[in-house]
Amino acid sequence: MSVCAKVSKHLRVAGLAFGLLTGPVLGAPERVVSINLCTDQLAMMLAAPGQLVSVSMMAQEVESSAMAIEARAWPTNSGGAEAVFLLRPDLVLAGQYSTRAAVDMLRRLGVRVVQFAPEASFQDARDNIRKMGQVLGQQAKAEEMIARFNRDLARMTAPGKRPVRAALYAANGYSAGAGTLATEIMAAAGMINIAPSAGLSAGGTLPLERLVLAQPDVVIRAARYDGTSRAEEILDHPAFRALPTDADAVTGPEWVCGTPKLVHAVAAMVHVRNKIVANQ
Amino acid sequence: MRYRALLAFLAAIVAGLMVVSLLVGPAGVGPVAGIAALVDGKGALGLVMREIRLPRALLGAMVGGALGVSGAAMQGFLRNPLAEPGLIGISSSSALGAVIALQSGFAAVSVLALPGAALAGAVVAVALILMLAGPRGPSLTLILAGVAISALAGSFTSLVLNLSPNPFAVTEIVFWMLGSLSDRSMQHVAMAAPFMAVGALLLAPLGRGLDALTLGEDAAEAMGVRLTRLRLMLVLGTAALVGSAVAVAGAIGFVGLVVPHILRPFVGARPSRLLAASALGGAAMLLSADIAVRIIAPERDLKLGVLTAIIGAPFFLHLIWRTRGQIA
Repeated sequence: MSVCAKVSKHLRVAGLAFGLLTGPVLGAPERVVSINLCTDQLAMMLAAPGQLVSVSMMAQEVESSAMAIEARAWPTNSGGAEAVFLLRPDLVLAGQYSTRAAVDMLRRLGVRVVQFAPEASFQDARDNIRKMGQVLGQQAKAEEMIARFNRDLARMTAPGKRPVRAALYAANGYSAGAGTLATEIMAAAGMINIAPSAGLSAGGTLPLERLVLAQPDVVIRAARYDGTSRAEEILDHPAFRALPTDADAVTGPEWVCGTPKLVHAVAAMVHVRNKIVANQ
Repeated sequence: MRYRALLAFLAAIVAGLMVVSLLVGPAGVGPVAGIAALVDGKGALGLVMREIRLPRALLGAMVGGALGVSGAAMQGFLRNPLAEPGLIGISSSSALGAVIALQSGFAAVSVLALPGAALAGAVVAVALILMLAGPRGPSLTLILAGVAISALAGSFTSLVLNLSPNPFAVTEIVFWMLGSLSDRSMQHVAMAAPFMAVGALLLAPLGRGLDALTLGEDAAEAMGVRLTRLRLMLVLGTAALVGSAVAVAGAIGFVGLVVPHILRPFVGARPSRLLAASALGGAAMLLSADIAVRIIAPERDLKLGVLTAIIGAPFFLHLIWRTRGQIA
């Protein structure tokens, strides 16, 4: 009995200490470090001047980051626990699934870490903007951003014409299925994503054969990276090049994260759709 | 003629497997509709049959044939059943050549640049092997040299792909080590075909010389075989075949080991006859493996080398067991 009581007392003390270190901080954080591409962008948009100390290295990469230019104003971090800890953050912003080891380590070191789930829909994007506003103490700015995002989207809603049948196609035959940002971007632009009905596999890949036989009105390609890879050779395959496409039907960094930049992706697809409808 | 019957039998198997290969795929096309679309080439189905499935079936036969005949030729020359392009490091050196050409941008210069670079890698490896193993190619030296060359070429391949600015490149180490025929096109057929033709032409006339070599070098020279010329043609022919195969399909192991091993008893252990038989046998083995990967895991791009190793490694162990007297 007494042993048990002792242990539970120790546990309570430990729990108390843990609670003090990781519990909600009163007042806005002053040294925020972001280690995830999507939290980088939301933080850059919402943080007060000087509040955000560092963003991840990916934030400056033009292929993946919709704010690569803006991100040059911040020092970058590699996302490693040691490097981040040395920045003496009072808040670390991380993704839900990546950099698990770093997040666990930082929490053990007593740093407050808030994780953001990847956005699979426009509603997820609104939720994450709101959450970012709360953790940074910028609620009003976040609400204003959501309202503007909703207004911009509403303005873009396509007129009720026949939807264009589209599919996204990238390296290794990767395509986007139901419940993804890409599908919602297409839908907002008056396109139907045909990948799920064409037999998109659980791995997110669509065999080229099935894409060809599904006969989409337009194929939206992924922008290519520097250097060569066998994975991207599929975008040069004669059977792929025979499919209808459009110079502007290309995904970009705006498709990656749930930020108000999604509006740019929708606008580009509306432009593509209008061209296709005009040619039909 | 038992030999002709064997060749006809193997050719029939290859033809049958090519038809099966054309009819297997994720899209589930009916056999009649598929063949009709292949012939007329119209519509989306015609595109699938002619541009996606036909090159895959052709490359399966070409790559398998190239690996089979290379194995038979190397084994005949070194008089050692363990000599196989994959095991002795020729395939991995070709892969290194191909990867360097792709990542340096040299491959974009010309259609022939990629297989050419793979060929250069293969020549270096074959020359090194022949230099290290000597004319008789004792098993121990051969295998140890192969292990060293494979390891070195493999790590350089990984290094080059790790340093690539392309985020997908690093995941392709697996492709270069294990090989795959997914999403290949007629461009790859056109890329490999000239090199494979040259390789086949170089190896075809070697049959008589390899037969004579079974009696020993002195006897072969007494019979009028010019050994230096034979060696040069063998090096270049094998390098052209393996290099072009690796450039389009990655390094696929054990085909050149298993196929000659199975067929040797049927040709009376004559190297000249083993060449043609191994070409057909290799084609049949690779086509079967490529059909199997599409049936086992249709959308996972299971690598061909996984399957050929599962079949081939036990053969290899068996051969080591049988030749262990010589190795020691």
